[in-house]
Amino acid sequence: MFEGVPLTWFLITGTIMFFVGIYGFLVRKNLITILMSTELILNSVNINFVAFNKILYPGHLEGMFFTIFIIAVAAAEASVAIAIIINIYRRLVSINVEKMDEMKY
Amino acid sequence: MIDFSYTALILLIPLFLFVLVGLFGNRFKPLVSGVIGTSGLFVIWVLSLFTAYKYFFVLEKATDGSFQKLLAVNTVWLHLTDKLHIDMGVLLDPISVMMLIVITTVSLMVHLYSIGYMHGEKGFQRFFAMLSLFSFSMLGLVVATNIFQMYIFWELVGVSSYLLIGFYYTRDTAVAASKKAFIVTRFADLGFLIGILILSYTTGTFDFITLTGSSSPAFSSGQGVWFLGLSTMTWSMIFIFMGGAGKSAMFPLHIWLPDAMEGPTPVSALIHAATMVVAGVYLVARMFPIYIHETAALDIVAWVGAFTSLFAAVIACTQFDIKRVLAYSTMSQIGYMMLALGVSGYGGHEGLGYMASMFHLFTHAFFKALLFLGAGAIIHAVHSNYMNEMGGLRKYLPITHITFLIACLAIAGIPPFAGFFSKDEILVAAFHHNKVLFAMEYAVAGLTAFYMFRLYYSVFWRKEVHYHHTPHEAPATMTIPLIFLALGSTFTGFIPFTKLVTSDGLPFEIHTEWGIAIPSILIAVVGIAVATVFYRKENNIATRLARSMGGFYTAAYHKFYIDEVYLFITKRIIFNYISRPIAWFDRHIVDGTMNGVSYVTNEASFRIRKFQSGQLQQYAIVFVSGTIFLALLFIYLWTN
Amino acid sequence: MSFLTLFIIIPVLTVIGILLCKNHMQVKWTAVVGMSLQLITAIVLIFLFLAERRAGNMAEILFIQDNLWYQTLNIHFFVGVDGVSVAMIGLTSLVVFAGIFASWDIVDLPREFFTSLILLASGVFGFFISLDLFTMFLFYELAVIPMYLLIGIWGSGPRHYSAMKLTLMLMGGSALILLGILGLYFNSAPGGGPLTFDLIQISKVHIPVETQRFLFPFLFVGFGVLGALFPFHTWSPDGHASAPTAVSMLHAGVLMKLGGYGCYRVAVFLLPEAAHQLGWIFLILATIGVIYGALGAVWQKDLKYINAYSSVSHCALVLFAILMFNQTAMNGAIMQMISHGIMTALFFALIGMIYGRTHTRYINEMGGLMKVMPFLAVAYVIAGLASLGLPGFSGFVAEMTIFVGAFQNADVFHRVATIIVASSIVVTAVYILRVVGILLLGKIRNEAYEMITDAKWYDKISVVALIFGITVIGIAPLWLSDMITQGLGPIMQKLLSAAPMLH
Repeated sequence: MFEGVPLTWFLITGTIMFFVGIYGFLVRKNLITILMSTELILNSVNINFVAFNKILYPGHLEGMFFTIFIIAVAAAEASVAIAIIINIYRRLVSINVEKMDEMKY
Repeated sequence: MIDFSYTALILLIPLFLFVLVGLFGNRFKPLVSGVIGTSGLFVIWVLSLFTAYKYFFVLEKATDGSFQKLLAVNTVWLHLTDKLHIDMGVLLDPISVMMLIVITTVSLMVHLYSIGYMHGEKGFQRFFAMLSLFSFSMLGLVVATNIFQMYIFWELVGVSSYLLIGFYYTRDTAVAASKKAFIVTRFADLGFLIGILILSYTTGTFDFITLTGSSSPAFSSGQGVWFLGLSTMTWSMIFIFMGGAGKSAMFPLHIWLPDAMEGPTPVSALIHAATMVVAGVYLVARMFPIYIHETAALDIVAWVGAFTSLFAAVIACTQFDIKRVLAYSTMSQIGYMMLALGVSGYGGHEGLGYMASMFHLFTHAFFKALLFLGAGAIIHAVHSNYMNEMGGLRKYLPITHITFLIACLAIAGIPPFAGFFSKDEILVAAFHHNKVLFAMEYAVAGLTAFYMFRLYYSVFWRKEVHYHHTPHEAPATMTIPLIFLALGSTFTGFIPFTKLVTSDGLPFEIHTEWGIAIPSILIAVVGIAVATVFYRKENNIATRLARSMGGFYTAAYHKFYIDEVYLFITKRIIFNYISRPIAWFDRHIVDGTMNGVSYVTNEASFRIRKFQSGQLQQYAIVFVSGTIFLALLFIYLWTN
Repeated sequence: MSFLTLFIIIPVLTVIGILLCKNHMQVKWTAVVGMSLQLITAIVLIFLFLAERRAGNMAEILFIQDNLWYQTLNIHFFVGVDGVSVAMIGLTSLVVFAGIFASWDIVDLPREFFTSLILLASGVFGFFISLDLFTMFLFYELAVIPMYLLIGIWGSGPRHYSAMKLTLMLMGGSALILLGILGLYFNSAPGGGPLTFDLIQISKVHIPVETQRFLFPFLFVGFGVLGALFPFHTWSPDGHASAPTAVSMLHAGVLMKLGGYGCYRVAVFLLPEAAHQLGWIFLILATIGVIYGALGAVWQKDLKYINAYSSVSHCALVLFAILMFNQTAMNGAIMQMISHGIMTALFFALIGMIYGRTHTRYINEMGGLMKVMPFLAVAYVIAGLASLGLPGFSGFVAEMTIFVGAFQNADVFHRVATIIVASSIVVTAVYILRVVGILLLGKIRNEAYEMITDAKWYDKISVVALIFGITVIGIAPLWLSDMITQGLGPIMQKLLSAAPMLH
C-alpha cells in the first residue's frame, strides 16, 4: 500500500513534525501547548520508526513494538504532565511557563 | 680549701621568701610578712659577711698571690650549642663578694626601714614579696658565673624594678614611670643581648672565668676589623656597655631614672640608688679584662660616664623635687664610677681607676641609700616631695637632720667622710689619664657640693613653712637604719680597698696625692659656701642668678628636653608613622587582598548563576542548540 | 597496640560519653574526666619516654604501632613519637585540659560544644603522633573542621565572616599540603616498589633536587598558612576575635603549632636541599612577620586583636628558627611552640574571663581592674611578662635559644635577620606594658566594674595549670631541651648531608 511512497517523504514529514514540535516547545508559553509540542516530537519519532522498519527490515516488527511503547509511555506521561499542570494551575492560577521560575538560583 | 657551697643559700632564701610571701602573704598579718622578710634578709646578711670574712681573710691566695676566682656552685641550666651552655651558680671573687655586702646591707636596712615607712599601706605584703624578689635577682646578678646568667638576673632586676616603681598602681604617673623604666632598659638590654651573642659566638663561651682569664679567647679571636673600623670584639663590648648604660642610667638612656622616683622611697633607696643602677658599672668591671684590650670601647665608657656626671649634676641644681635631685645626683655619681673604669689601666697601680670605681660604688651605696632613706623620713613627716614646701625641719627631725648632713658631707667629698676617699682616687686616676676628663669631674665635684647643700638648707634651714600638722621624727624602725648607714658613710672610707678589690686581684700601695686632694676639698667647700649663701636664709640671689642664666637655666630645669625628644621619636614617629600604618596596611592591603580573592570568587559565581534562570524554555534552547552543535561536530569529524 | 593509640581512644570515648549525658553538669564533668585522663596519659607518656631514653633506648621513634588500613594506596595507621612530638603532646593535653575549665560558663548547646572541642583535640593529637603523611593529613582536616562550627555557632561579633574566612584560608593551605604530600608519595619509591606515605621511609629516600624545589613551596606555604606566615596570617586576628574562649586557646595554643610542626616535620625534614635553596625567601617573610606582628599589636584596641598579632609575631619566630637549620635554633623553635602555646592559651583564657565580666574587649573602656579582680590581673601580668620573654618563664628560654642558635650562622644575611628579630623583644615589651598599664592599673574607669567578682574555682584551675606549665619550663628547662635535642638528630643529619650539595 505504501509501495509508491519513497522513504524520503516519511523522513521529511517526521523532520517537519519534529521541528514544529521543537519550535512549539521553545516558543509557546502555555504549558498545554508545550505538552502538545512534546507529543508532536514523540510522534515524529514514531513515524521514523515505522517507516524505517517497514522499508529496511520488512520481516521484523521491532520498530512497530517500539512505536507502541512510545505511544503508551506518552499517554502515561501526558496524564502525569496534565496532573502536574493542574496542580500548578491551582497554585499559581496560571499555566504560563515563564511564571514558573521557582527553581532558579 | 673552704667549702663555699652554702652561698647558694644567699640566693635561695630570698627566692623562698618571695614565693612564701608572694603566694600566702595575704593570709598573714602585714607585720608578720614584714618581719619574715626582714629576718630572712638578716640571715643572708650574716651569711654574706661570713663569706666575705672567709673569702678575704681565710681563703688561701692563688699561686701569684691574688685573690682566687672561685666557683662555689655551678650547675648546667640549659644546653645551647656544643660549646655554649647556660649555667647557674655562684662565682666568688673580690667584686662579687663586695657586692654581696653592699646589697645585703642596704637591702636589710631598707627592709627594716620599710616596716615603718610602709606601715598601713595597702599591699604591704606585696611590697615585701617584691623586695625579696629584687634581692634574689640582684644577688643572682652579682654572683653570676657567666654572662648569660647575669643577663637572666639582669632582666629579673628589671622586672622587680618595674613592679616596685609601679607599686602605687592606681596612680597614673607611677604606671607611666614604671612602663618607661622597663621599656628604656629593655631597649638597652637588646644591646646587651646582641653584645652577648657576638661575644659568645666569637669566643665560644659565656663563662666569666674563661673570658676574663689571662688566656681568654676574647684576646685572640674577633680582632679583625669588622664594621666601621672597629673589631668584632670592640663592637661586642660597646653593645654590652649599652646594656650597662641603660641599667645605670647613662646619657642618653637615663630618662627613666628620674621618673622612677614615683616608686616608694625605700625602693628608690635600694634599687635606684644603691644596687640596681650600679649594675652597669659592675658589668663593665666584670668584663674589665676584656675592655682593657678594646680601648675604643673603654673610651666610650669614660666619655659617656664623664658627660653624664656633668650633665646630671647641672640638672640636679635646678630641680625642686627632693627625690629627683637625688636621682640626678645618683646618675652623676654613677657617671663618676663609669669614668673611673674608663680611665683605668690593668694591674697594680695602673688599675687605680678600677679600684676607685669599686670603692666609690661601695661608699656611694651607703651615703646615697642614707640620703634616700632620709628623704623618705622627710616625706613621711611633711607629706610632700617639694623642697619649697619644706624648711626649718631641723628641730622636728633631729636624727634625720644629723644623718642627712653626714650623707651630704660624704657625697660632697669632705674628709674624713667616706665619699672623700673614693672620689679622690677617681680624680687622681682621671688626672693621670686625660686632663679634660679631669677638669669635667673637678667641676662636677663642686656642683655636687652645691646641689646637695642647696637641698640640705632648703629642707632643714630657712624659714619654716606652714605645715598641716606638726612634723614628727620617724619611728625607730626608720631611724635605726639611718643611724647605721650614717656610721657606714662615715667609716667605710677607711676600708683598705687597694688590698682587697683591685683589677688583677693583687694588692698595691697608694699614697694620697695632696696636690689633687686639696683642690678637690677646696672646690667642695666653695660649693657648700655658695649654697650656704644662697639657701641658708630666705633671699632671692638664687632666683636672680637663675634669671640671669636665662635659656640655659630653663633648659636645665626641663632636663634639656631629652624626654621630649624621646617622646617625639616614640609617640610621633614610631607610634604614628610606623605602627599605625602597619595596622592599616594589615587591615586594608594584606587582608584586603585575601578578601579580594574571596570577592572575585563570589562575583564570578554570581555571574555564573544567572544561567540557572528557572526558565524552562531557556534550558531547552541551550539543550537543543547544544545537541545540534554536537551533532554537527560529530558529523564533521566523522566525515573527515 | 601501642600506648599512643590511647590519645585517640580517650577523646573518642569522651565524645561518646558526652553524647550519652543527660544534662549540662554531666556533660561538663564527662569532659573534665576525659581530658584529665588525657593529661595524665600525656604526663605518663613523658615519664615513660624519658625513662626509655635513660635506659639507653636511642631508637629514632618510640612506641611504634603500624596497621595497614587502605591497601590500594598503601596507607597505614602508623604512629610513634620522638622527643619533639612528646613535647607537643604534653602541650596539647595541658591546653585542652585548661580549655575545658575555661569554657565552664558555656550556656548554649554545651553538649555539642564539648563534642566539637574534643573532636578538635583528637585531631590535633592524631596529627602529632602520626608518622604516615596521609593519616597526618586526615587528622589535620579533622582538627580544622570543628573549628568552623565552634566559631560559627558559639562565636561573637562577625562570627560567620570570621569562621568562613578562617576555614577557607586553612582549607586553601591544606589543598597545597595535599598536593605536596601527593608529590612526596609519587616520589617515595624511586627504585620501583610500592609507593608509600610513610614519613620515615620517605626520609631515607633521596628525592631529586628539582622535584624538591617544586614541592617545597607547596608544603611550606601550606603549613605556613596555619603557622601564620606573614602574608597569610590575616585569618588569625579575625578568627581569634570571634572565637569563644576555649577555641581561641586551642587555636592559638595548639592548632597554629600544627603549622610550625608540619613545616619542621614534613617540609624541611623531607626536602632538605630545597629548604637550603629556598629557605631565604621564607626567612625574609618570617623576619617581616616577627616585627610586623609586634608593631601591628602596638596599635590595636581590642584585647584579642592584640594577642592575635602577638601570636603572629611569636609564631613567625618559630618559622624563623626552623629556617635557621641548626640544632640550637630548631630546638628553640620547638620550645617556642610549646612556650607560646601555653602562654597564649593563658592569655586567651584570661581575656575570655575578663570579657565575661566586663562584656567588652576594648582596653580603653576598662582600667584599674587590678583592684577588683586581683587574681586575674596578676595572672594577666604574669602572662604578659612571660610573653615579653622574662627569665623564669618559658618564653625567655625559647627566645634565647633561638637567638643564640640563629647567631651561629655566620653570614651577614642571617645575622642581620637575627638582630632585627631580636629587636622585637623591645616592641613586645611596649605593647604588653601598654595593655597592662591601661587595662589593669590606674583608676577604675567604669563605675559598673566596681561590682565585678574575681575568678571562680574553675577559672583558677585553668589559669593555675597554665601558669604552672610556663614556670616549670622557665625554671628548669634542661629536661625539655635535652628531650627535644635528641629528637632533632635525624633532621639535623639530613640537613647537614644536604648542605654540601649546594656548592
